Amino acid sequence: MREILINGTAYQLDVDGDTPLLWVLRDHVGLTGTKYGCGISQCGACTVHINDMAVRSCSITLDEVDGEITTIEGLSKSSEFHAVQKAWIEHQVAQCGYCQSGQIMAAAAFLEQNPEPTDQDIDQAMSANLCRCGTYPRIREAIKSASKQLNGIEA
Amino acid sequence: MKKVIKIARRSFLIGSASIVGGVAFGVYAYHKPGHNVLKDSLNEGEAALTPYVKITPDGIILTTPHCDKGQGAYSVQAALIAEELDVTLEDIQVDPGVPAPVYYNTAISQETVPFASTDNSLIANSVRTTMDAAMKFTGMQITGGSTTVADSYTKLRVAGAVARETLKQAASLQSNIAVEKLRTEKGHVILPNGDQISYLDLARTAANIDPVEEVILKAEDQWRLIGKPMQRIDIEDKSTGKIRYGIDLKLDNMLIATVKQSPTKNGGIKSIELNKADQMPGVEKVVRINNAIAVIAQTTWQAFNAIDEIEIEGNKPDYPLHSDEHWQILENSFQEEKLAFIARDEGDANGENLLNSNKIEREYRAPYVAHAPLEPLNATIKVSEKRVDVWTGTQTPQFLKSQIAKITQMDEDNIHIHAMMMGGSFGHRLETLVMTQAAEIAMAMPGTPIKLIYKREEDFAQDFTRQIAMAKATGHIKGKEIIGLDLGIAMPSVRQSQTSRLGLPDVGKDMQMVAGAWDQPYTIENYKVAAYKAGPLPPVSSWRSVGASSNAFFHDSFLDELIHAADLDPMEERIRLMWHENSRKTLEAVAQMSDWSSPLAKDKARGVAFCLSFGVPCAQVIEISNTPNGIKIDKVFVAAEVGKIIDPINFDNLVKGGVVWGLGHAMNCEITYSDGMVDQTNYHVHEGMRLYQCPEIFVKGLENGEKVKGIGEPPVPPAAPALANAIFAATGKRIREMPFNKHINFI
Repeated sequence: MREILINGTAYQLDVDGDTPLLWVLRDHVGLTGTKYGCGISQCGACTVHINDMAVRSCSITLDEVDGEITTIEGLSKSSEFHAVQKAWIEHQVAQCGYCQSGQIMAAAAFLEQNPEPTDQDIDQAMSANLCRCGTYPRIREAIKSASKQLNGIEA
Repeated sequence: MKKVIKIARRSFLIGSASIVGGVAFGVYAYHKPGHNVLKDSLNEGEAALTPYVKITPDGIILTTPHCDKGQGAYSVQAALIAEELDVTLEDIQVDPGVPAPVYYNTAISQETVPFASTDNSLIANSVRTTMDAAMKFTGMQITGGSTTVADSYTKLRVAGAVARETLKQAASLQSNIAVEKLRTEKGHVILPNGDQISYLDLARTAANIDPVEEVILKAEDQWRLIGKPMQRIDIEDKSTGKIRYGIDLKLDNMLIATVKQSPTKNGGIKSIELNKADQMPGVEKVVRINNAIAVIAQTTWQAFNAIDEIEIEGNKPDYPLHSDEHWQILENSFQEEKLAFIARDEGDANGENLLNSNKIEREYRAPYVAHAPLEPLNATIKVSEKRVDVWTGTQTPQFLKSQIAKITQMDEDNIHIHAMMMGGSFGHRLETLVMTQAAEIAMAMPGTPIKLIYKREEDFAQDFTRQIAMAKATGHIKGKEIIGLDLGIAMPSVRQSQTSRLGLPDVGKDMQMVAGAWDQPYTIENYKVAAYKAGPLPPVSSWRSVGASSNAFFHDSFLDELIHAADLDPMEERIRLMWHENSRKTLEAVAQMSDWSSPLAKDKARGVAFCLSFGVPCAQVIEISNTPNGIKIDKVFVAAEVGKIIDPINFDNLVKGGVVWGLGHAMNCEITYSDGMVDQTNYHVHEGMRLYQCPEIFVKGLENGEKVKGIGEPPVPPAAPALANAIFAATGKRIREMPFNKHINFI
């Protein structure tokens, strides 16, 4: 038995500690918003936060997890959408949407660390997340508008 | 303009179908009503007013038979129905429905006829109509070929209008007020005194009356939805992780399976070494299926771990083992006995008038590329005593049903396909191998739902890729005039590869072998395009824009070379050579958007390309910087002619995605073979495009054409040649082979 904290809830899990966090979330906890795309940290579809840092959940085992996990399902701490999600909806970023949980989680962690990113910052930070549909132009727009919104709220 | 549309009773396959000339029995059967499948499963108090509109006491459910791979098909189809039905998109639910012949796709046949989309002659149109009828006979419910909008545009609006008018009839019966005095708004019938009756309260009455047979579609100026920016119905769920794809399905007692196939694609298995995979934690069963071995386990991770233990050696496949031999096959295909057909033959490519001209010969190459949608292939199947349930994302549900019936030896009526949302496809989910494998596996554990998930590595190893292709081109220039363009294209036939897998006959010309090249609307005195069939080569399949994805690169790059050789302006000359007005307008639009004739800084340059594919003329201008570290793509300007844009936001998003798809693969991707096996295993060696390489993209949709067309594929073909042409303009280096990064660096 092992206890982990996901989205503010403590889960008691009887799972092999070598299991990647991705599969713990999807198969054992039942949180399927986090996606399997490549299994080797190349696509970013499995991005979650551990203590507010973006982590590829396919490449960290349950035993290695040290801290509170946030998934796309728990990104918003209130009844409202998180600012990044709002921006994603406003700009209608998604096509197939399969990568977007990971994109949103990566963007949220990135904006937390770099609230006013330059275009170059965005390109650098978001290039680890693959989108096969090619929604990149809208991802850029949405990050800029989320940045404005977050700064507006914090100012 | 209002149009009265008459409808055959309970059939919503309409109007333009009035065939003059087809085969007599064909005409009758074609007009025979399609069966409204929604009526087969109605509960008390529910009404299925058309095969697309169901009203229940609890809500309005619209059936959207074109599957959603991410292209927004559910939203677009719902909007077309809702426009005429007078409901808001917030008030309806969307259901992909069950596969049924009534949902056959009429538009898909357009790309298979040997007539250019610009050809409106009597014979071209009559063959298209006959093909439409053939599609209905075969009940081809297929999503592909950028046909969702083309197929749905009138059909679904009529379905909405029929439902609306039938609801008015029902309201008339309930209220004793003449139908003419009733109108509809936001899911209600409005009585003359302002009282409203909800559609939901009319379901019971409407269920007992025959649908009306004549409707008037709204004039464009009455549209509330079409042509205006819409919010996709799935956008919130896709921004919150709530949306469920096939891979997310969870059923009681479900087990997870994964497979390993012969790594030589059609070679078959020579030997299998289990290496204790069957004793690994969580493993329930190891099952030998056709050309593969499957592990069934409690969890995905356990299944993946166990399959990694298994070693499979494949037999020698029926194609050569190494990529260089594949290129050799293509190289050797340019000869008389391999000639499949000549698609265009104007003037005389060997004529005397070409003798005293400047002759230019070139060769171009396009490699295999993978589909690799981000959601790996998956299918969940439960085989029970009397029925089989299949949950999967598929582009061909009707066909899948017959395949599953065959494998499970069940009656087709007992096969239940549940369409799941897809995490991309790009043609990948036209194929049904993962589903038939899942059926075989599930048959080993009757009563237990089995979800088969491919590991990403297996998805790459076994993808039926885009075709490999080669072109040999000969051009002639006299003075400043291009007087000859002769293009030979060699490739394996995608259609033949697909039909051979399905056990179907392959008849007639595979027009995809020359798509994007043979029907380009230019006037050149001696103009020839020929297809050569190359093989044996590995299996291939439809990859976003199919033949045009390689052929536009060949045709437009070569045209660009000839234009430069004649010392002409690439934009002006393309415009001058183009006879088709709506195509010319796309070039004129990108010329204006990109400010083509304005000077650029020394290290910058532009390239232009054009391709007419899937009936959609699309022009692109790409602006690049030539930096010491490599090429940077700055801007892409796109103009495409689609007749009518249903949702400008979705249109914009799809065009940009198509450009990213076309560029990313042209720059960075190829699939190669060693020892009969695919070399690429995952995204690190086949990335497509990442965000840092993505240019600014400016999109303009034109609506001059009479026919309404889809935009999923047409932005792809011109992207590669536009980039190659820009690179030539910037560096003087002509790249004639994809991926371009073999020849030049990109930032």
